[in-house]
Amino acid sequence: MKDRFNLYRFASPATFYPLAGKAIPWFVAAAVLFGLAGLYLGMLVAPTDFQQGEGYRIIFIHVPASWMSMFIYLVMAFWAAIGLAFNTRLSGMMAQALAPTGALMAFLSLWTGALWGKPMWGTWWVWDARLTSELILLFLYIGYMALTAAIDDPRRADKAGGLLLLVGVVNVPIIYFSVKWWNTLHQGSSVNLTKSSMVTTMLYGMLLMALCFWMYSIAVALMRARTIMLERERHTDWVKAELEGAGR
Amino acid sequence: MLKIILAVVGRDLKLAMRRQADIVSALFFFVIVVSLFPLGIGPEPDLLRKLAPGVLWVAALLATMLSLPRLFADDHRDGTLEQLALAPHPLGLVVTGKVIAHWLVSGLPLALIAPVLGIQFDLSTDALLVLTGAILLGTPALSGIGAIGAALTLGLRGGGVLLSLLVLPLYIPVLIFGAGAVDATVSGLGGEGHLSLLAAMTFASLGFAPWASAAALKIALE
Amino acid sequence: MLEADNLECVRGERRLFAGLGFNLEAGELLYLQGRNGAGKTSLLRMIIGLLPPETGEIRWKGKSIRSSGDEFRADLCYLGHLNAIKEELTPLENLLASAHLADEALSEDDALDALEQVGLAGREDLACKYLSQGQKRRVALARLVKERRPLWVLDEPFVALDVAAVDWLAGIISAHLQRGGLAVMTTHQLVAIPAGTVRELKLS
Repeated sequence: MKDRFNLYRFASPATFYPLAGKAIPWFVAAAVLFGLAGLYLGMLVAPTDFQQGEGYRIIFIHVPASWMSMFIYLVMAFWAAIGLAFNTRLSGMMAQALAPTGALMAFLSLWTGALWGKPMWGTWWVWDARLTSELILLFLYIGYMALTAAIDDPRRADKAGGLLLLVGVVNVPIIYFSVKWWNTLHQGSSVNLTKSSMVTTMLYGMLLMALCFWMYSIAVALMRARTIMLERERHTDWVKAELEGAGR
Repeated sequence: MLKIILAVVGRDLKLAMRRQADIVSALFFFVIVVSLFPLGIGPEPDLLRKLAPGVLWVAALLATMLSLPRLFADDHRDGTLEQLALAPHPLGLVVTGKVIAHWLVSGLPLALIAPVLGIQFDLSTDALLVLTGAILLGTPALSGIGAIGAALTLGLRGGGVLLSLLVLPLYIPVLIFGAGAVDATVSGLGGEGHLSLLAAMTFASLGFAPWASAAALKIALE
Repeated sequence: MLEADNLECVRGERRLFAGLGFNLEAGELLYLQGRNGAGKTSLLRMIIGLLPPETGEIRWKGKSIRSSGDEFRADLCYLGHLNAIKEELTPLENLLASAHLADEALSEDDALDALEQVGLAGREDLACKYLSQGQKRRVALARLVKERRPLWVLDEPFVALDVAAVDWLAGIISAHLQRGGLAVMTTHQLVAIPAGTVRELKLS
């Protein structure tokens, strides 16, 4: 019973708002630290690849961005499921707060993929299974954001968006495998970066960068969630008190 | 259970028959889009044969999209949707009926006319058969998945464009296996594997999509 | 039979009402009154189960309508401000189709009889798009003639009706109440219902 009570207390925006405000600086600091360490390992310590030269170092951005883009979609779907099951206000706000970051990560992954592809295969874009899936993931993010933006009533937006996320998350593996199958069938060129012998320092660099992106995503999502909360609950007493406090 | 599905199918078909212009225009959209490709690409038979599966399938997706916004919008506008939601049986069954009716007036005609268009692309008899079979098997999944999008965007401004944005990415597996089946036949590999995966996707989406759409409709009706 | 307690309704950012409750027994009619935007239609939609209340619960025969679902809806007849008729179908087809989809037994003779009562004799086979607004409303109301479900929920049923039709509808509703039915309706014009107990609920 006590756990339940605490969970609901946490899910209330009035409690969550100050809590998130206190947490944000810590996540920002963690992102900066992990980022510096990761960049140091990736740019200075990790050896030059004998095949790909220095250009390969973009994977320290590319791979973490791809990981995060997929991970954030899963987290959004998780919030959506919670929101639809327990009808909590916070979950919809969290899903909406995460979406732009997820889309940014997917875009970053595509962009760095293209930058990497040019020196490696001599072309900006290859219909590689992973890049294609990433592109479709970006479409899914855009669809979610377009749907929630088109609905005026925030509750309906949360619920409809949540349902779309759940449908999407069921489809993501199907899409991924069909794209992969399509790719092998058409014998397109594919990038095998994880299979190439990876030095331990490279792996650590990538993991540190992934942690950096993770912390960044949390910090940014919390900031955005706080803004959404203020906007949606602007008529409630706690927001008025909060804003008066800030104005003083 | 079957009774209510049949009742909905019957009613929707009757309505569609009194508005045949809609069916015909979606069909002609399909024909025109497909016929534009040779004009844009050039008339070389080899090239056309290679492009045919993809072109026909993409055109079929777009033609299906055309009729989707009205799947629930008409019933929503005149209040019938509320009555359907208040009937004493699960809304998912009603949606199943509507999806079946939608397929009968949108997917089925596409499958029937596709071989004629395939001839324009110089496809062999085998490939034409597989093309028809693939469209027959795949379009129910399009109607099912489309119903979710139609329900989610019900009553929103710019609903039609938004609907394509939501639904087209989800159509990709159907496109890949549908076009793949024809492709594999053309290249002599045999399209059975693709066709069975297509059938599996159709069954899965017909089982899953109506309930997701029903949930979306309830959200829209609140 | 129909109980509601502690209902709260929030639309967008506005709280329309809170702490609202009522109890309606067989043979009783509940009039919902209030100015535009007071939440009459929202309350109706809560009663029919389309709009979940923010707080509180609605019970039908002692069971929450959210959990009884189909069972509750089998006892419910709802007439919205939209007519729920198809322009392409004839009045007869509309009546039969809506009964069919709502899982009600309605014979063609009964349907013809109902249409005659609402004054649409001779127009049974004309597509509804050729009917006037008032006539379309009558097609929608014709459903009530043979309706034997115990709970009627009517949204502005008297709107767009002429005097004779208002009297006729009042008669239909009182016959329903006399049979032991319940009715909830919103209206701007207070129409005297000859039978049954009439109760009023003002939303402000």
